[in-house]
Amino acid sequence: MGRINLEGVSKIFGSNSSEALGLIAQGKRKNDIAAACGAVVGLRDISFDIEEGEILVLMGLSGSGKSTLLRCMNRLVEPSCGRIVVDGVDVTRLGRKDLLAFRQKTFGMVFQHFALLPNRTILGNVGFGLEVKGVSVKERTERSMQAIELVGLKGWETKYPNQLSGGMQQRAGLARALAADADILLMDEAFSALDPLIRRDMQAELRDLQRKLKKTIVFVSHDLDEAIALGGRIVLMKDGEVVQIGQPEEIVAHPATEYVERFVEHIDLAAVFRAGQVADRSGVVLAPTQTVAEARMAVDGTDAGIWLVADSDGRLVGRLFADRLASARPAETLSSLLDLGQAVVEAESRLDTILATIAAEEAVAVVGEDGRLIGTITPRDVVQALAARPGAHGSSQPGAPTLSKPAGAHRWSGTSRNFPSTRSATTASTGSPTMAAG
Amino acid sequence: MPPWICIAVAAFAAYRVGGRKIGILTLAGLLFLWNLRLWQATVETLVLVSIATTAALLIGIPVGIWFALSRRAWRAFSPVLDMMQTLPSFVYLIPALPFFGLGAVSACFATIVFSVPPVIRLTALGIRNVPTELVEASDAFGGSATQKLFKVQLPLALPTIMAGVNQTMMLALSMVVIAAMIGAGGLGRAVWQSIQRLEAGAGFEAGIGIVILAVILDRVTQALAARARPHGVA
Repeated sequence: MGRINLEGVSKIFGSNSSEALGLIAQGKRKNDIAAACGAVVGLRDISFDIEEGEILVLMGLSGSGKSTLLRCMNRLVEPSCGRIVVDGVDVTRLGRKDLLAFRQKTFGMVFQHFALLPNRTILGNVGFGLEVKGVSVKERTERSMQAIELVGLKGWETKYPNQLSGGMQQRAGLARALAADADILLMDEAFSALDPLIRRDMQAELRDLQRKLKKTIVFVSHDLDEAIALGGRIVLMKDGEVVQIGQPEEIVAHPATEYVERFVEHIDLAAVFRAGQVADRSGVVLAPTQTVAEARMAVDGTDAGIWLVADSDGRLVGRLFADRLASARPAETLSSLLDLGQAVVEAESRLDTILATIAAEEAVAVVGEDGRLIGTITPRDVVQALAARPGAHGSSQPGAPTLSKPAGAHRWSGTSRNFPSTRSATTASTGSPTMAAG
Repeated sequence: MPPWICIAVAAFAAYRVGGRKIGILTLAGLLFLWNLRLWQATVETLVLVSIATTAALLIGIPVGIWFALSRRAWRAFSPVLDMMQTLPSFVYLIPALPFFGLGAVSACFATIVFSVPPVIRLTALGIRNVPTELVEASDAFGGSATQKLFKVQLPLALPTIMAGVNQTMMLALSMVVIAAMIGAGGLGRAVWQSIQRLEAGAGFEAGIGIVILAVILDRVTQALAARARPHGVA
């Protein structure tokens, strides 16, 4: 549970809202509408879907409407028109009482400045959602304590919010949202008020929690680095409109507009790209059963100093160095010449986490989730990927598994943790021995 | 009831509320008033002040909540509050007379009207000043309007409301003295009589009595307000 569909959601602030909605229908933009009838467009005709169990980041500068959109989802802000369907229920049509019950059941919210009640202990704050629901004191305490333990605040439950550091207060805020056991977490700039180190910890912990609890999380942020660190899809907003929706790597590699381009200019590409995208999939892959003579024929004309050897299932067996191949007898099979060192990284790993491994080795093998070989990464591939700034590579389509092109940043495969790829079988086959033999 | 028991009880209560300093202040102040033979007048004044303040709070706090929650009510009645506070205080004595005649009832009525604006204003202010995020938090977790009011808005507005209670009590005390003109008893009458008889000494004594009473009431209610503040917040 936790699917959200937004259909044509608009929000007009000020009077003249019907006139402004008419102008939106005509396709007019924020500035034109303000000039024409004085109404301020908070959100302009927004439609997209949020999948069950994903982290979706609403990104944009202040005034872009991201917080307004978040608040439309649980109707803290009343949308002017459009439908918001959560698990099949149209939130915009709920009556007053139903809305309260729906909020209790479905949404947990975390706020930028924590929004903890200063006159209550952490336990009292965490139990707030349950208290509102009318849960008995005993059960409330029990469930609150579970949430407090989950966020690592055990031992602090009798303290008051002002006795805790900012990071701990936000943990309490998170615990309050978790204790209510809602399907959807709405997080409004939840980590923006924390200092950078604590912020990074919290981002990592949220990712872990998400993996454990499988909640749908809608996270509002103005910080692209944060959006990337959270690892989910990003919805980039400007002037109340959605500019681009996609995985971080897609947005970085293919900015839809100049605005997005400027946004991603200073992004650490190593934190965005995954090993699978950078990997060179065109390299020759040998089979352990091949003889040295066959192998020499297969690699003839390539200048790599190292080749990967995989079995018929596409599983990596080892690596073969050029000098070993050159000095071996032609009739020998490759299996005896292999280097079985552990220079392997997973396709899902972010580039920045595997840089040290790549630097230490001449070539590193990249394997998919199922252990099948995808390709190799050499230091050269990494440098190429990092040098490829947005705009440097224009035309290639995201998601298309093109096999013949050299490795580079545009090899976006469309996979991520939140969207387990259905394509892993095909990508693995690109490096299979049969291909190399043929 | 003999005065010394009253004084002891009052001093002990003040000590429990505000600590040793305020306890001693209350004890010394009340003993001094007894010594000046003003005990009877002091008690009369205190009774009037308590009744008027209680009534003012019973009216003022709900009205303040209403003003805080309804922008329209606030805009409509805010000028009325301004007028209530700017009119000279003894003007309230005039409409009270034809309805209730000379005496304590008129005095009480005028006192209530005069002293109610601060608690209305400060209740409304306190509730409005509750950070929006906290109010949103209550809404976001599906709290009803009543739950929001009693679990979030009122507890957080309490220090400000207590400041309003303090102000209202001080205004009630000042009005009770003026109300002596239409027949209210107590320390006010002692002052009023000495003005009419040109007894400077007696008037001075009663005046000091009022000051002492004012200081005691102020300190005790301020101590109450301080206790209403959330944990550790200065």
